Amino acid sequence: MSLTENKILTIEGRGIPLEGNDIDTDQVVPARFLKEITFKNMGDYLFYDARFEEDGSLKEHPLNETKFKEGKILFVQENFGCGSSREHAAQAIKRYGIEAVVGISFSEIFAGNCKSLGIPIIQLDKSQISEILGAVNEFPTIICALNIKNGTLSVGAREFSFSMTPALKASLVGGTWDALTLLQNNEKKTNNLESLLPY
Amino acid sequence: MSKNTLYDKVWDKHKVDTLPTGQDHLFIGLHLIHEVTTPQAFSMMEETGATVKFPNRTFATTDHIIPTQAQERPFADGKAESMMTALENNVKKYGIKYFDFKSGKQGIVHVVGPELGITRPGMTIVCGDSHTSTHGAFGSLAFGIGTTEVRHVLETQSLALNRLKVRKINVTGDLPKGVYAKDIILAIIQATGVNGGIGYAYEFNGPVIHKLSMEERMTICNMSIEGGARIGYINPDKVTYDYLKDREFSPKGKDFDKALEYWKSIASDEDALYDDVVNINGSELEPMVTWGITPAQSIRVSEKIPEINNFYEDDRPVLAKALEYMDVKEGQHIKGLPIDVAFIGSCTNSRLSDLREAAKVLKGKKVKVKTLVVPGSQDVRAQAQKEGLDKIFIEAGAEWRFAGCSMCLAMNPDRLHGTQRCVSTSNRNFMGRQGSPTGRTLLMSPASVAASAVEGKVADIRESY
Repeated sequence: MSLTENKILTIEGRGIPLEGNDIDTDQVVPARFLKEITFKNMGDYLFYDARFEEDGSLKEHPLNETKFKEGKILFVQENFGCGSSREHAAQAIKRYGIEAVVGISFSEIFAGNCKSLGIPIIQLDKSQISEILGAVNEFPTIICALNIKNGTLSVGAREFSFSMTPALKASLVGGTWDALTLLQNNEKKTNNLESLLPY
Repeated sequence: MSKNTLYDKVWDKHKVDTLPTGQDHLFIGLHLIHEVTTPQAFSMMEETGATVKFPNRTFATTDHIIPTQAQERPFADGKAESMMTALENNVKKYGIKYFDFKSGKQGIVHVVGPELGITRPGMTIVCGDSHTSTHGAFGSLAFGIGTTEVRHVLETQSLALNRLKVRKINVTGDLPKGVYAKDIILAIIQATGVNGGIGYAYEFNGPVIHKLSMEERMTICNMSIEGGARIGYINPDKVTYDYLKDREFSPKGKDFDKALEYWKSIASDEDALYDDVVNINGSELEPMVTWGITPAQSIRVSEKIPEINNFYEDDRPVLAKALEYMDVKEGQHIKGLPIDVAFIGSCTNSRLSDLREAAKVLKGKKVKVKTLVVPGSQDVRAQAQKEGLDKIFIEAGAEWRFAGCSMCLAMNPDRLHGTQRCVSTSNRNFMGRQGSPTGRTLLMSPASVAASAVEGKVADIRESY
């Protein structure tokens, strides 16, 4: 895959409103689904215990509602993705078809995993998120559009500005969100540092 | 911005470069791997024909999916068996040192690394597991990573990272009887919140911290991540150096003295600058217990479950969910709450000193609920048996198992059923964490869990002495 193909510039589609603080990665993908040596089925397990009763019947959850099922941008609140480092959580989100997550705050490891997979993590403040959650709930067909380069998110006619670290922006826009190539390019310096380490 | 802290010194020593994106390129001195978060990384490498850059800086063991009763191969669970086989094939193919059942050294990765002397001060350490922060107890920068990052480390021994801020958490005073390392860290998380540590590395400091043993320090650093901090560390001191002396992988003789010089050099300077400082009075602490569904939803065992209206409005929905999920009420005493299961184990509290504390309480008594005691490693198990702790557990009616993660996250056959309520020495009381989507977890110290198992309800350890 060339870097050009990896560039993430704009994402446009319906939103999925997921309310609640401290949604941990055990809720995103419960541990019993981690016993697979590939990530390929992870999309099926997204928010499994929040979506399904033990007998398989549906619980009340945005992803169980037809109007939100095809959403591309997931809206969350505070401390999303806390807990376990399982990349399975970010993989499940991506493989389900969600392309960006927008919230108030995120766990660091989860945010790092999303970056590695090219899923933009966008931070807005509490009142902006409340407004968007309200709008998406009320008008599920409203179109949400992210422009990474300009740092804007439009929800219908409303436009919000967001800031992200220059490093994250550069890696999304430049297509280097999977840092492997950048790290490989520094091989000489890496070897040199290794030889100088006191252990 | 922090200056001259251990974090700054070790980070700078391992910084390869600034990447074109602006992130730091950090060298990783030690990579620990296990069966759950690596097979996907190795498959990607297979596709491109990549190799492991520094196999001698990589160590493997197996812990998450290990059955703690019947360990004959193939495992009854086909999926667990395939994860195990994948790891075995990968370590063989790439020449990675692997602590398997036969080695006598298998166990939870965060127990094994330290007890073998593989974990040492001044290192950068990663593992595909969020509780890698445990190794920070030795004065290393240790943190959990995802599987794509595991691949980065396997292929380049390095990562692209953002520098963190440093918060010093000073614990002063003297710990009262019945208060353990677990209670200290639960109290810290209650004070700072589950997201208070986002963007920070935590330096645990102060007289209470430096009086702790290495095993107790590991309990503290282990749960840094539950407060949102990806890294938690303690400056190395004599306790650290004494612990490391004569461990299998520790440097020996002159090499040890040389290493010691480095270890001493990376401790935070007296006049180091921090981005933030939090003070906790250790003399005022009590045994803690979580009542809710996040590790910050804890109270002193003598307290009542709090009134939701005393919290900020934003926090109330999670608190209300916690009350409903845990089937408890505001104003209810936590002490005396009936329990169904007790679990002593996990990377937080499965080391020899944890088992000793539990055994002290259980000696000559009988447990009233199903009680699992799962040592952190084969070595811990062997040492505990040498001391006769296994007999104390078995005579008390508890089950003495083989080493693994077990019912901390229930990826093996050990799990809660239905809405069972479990007192647990593990680190997460998340909904469904212990294997039943409706199971309930109350986090406590090993002594408190043992005392509760004896009474069949949440107990105050101070009344059991």
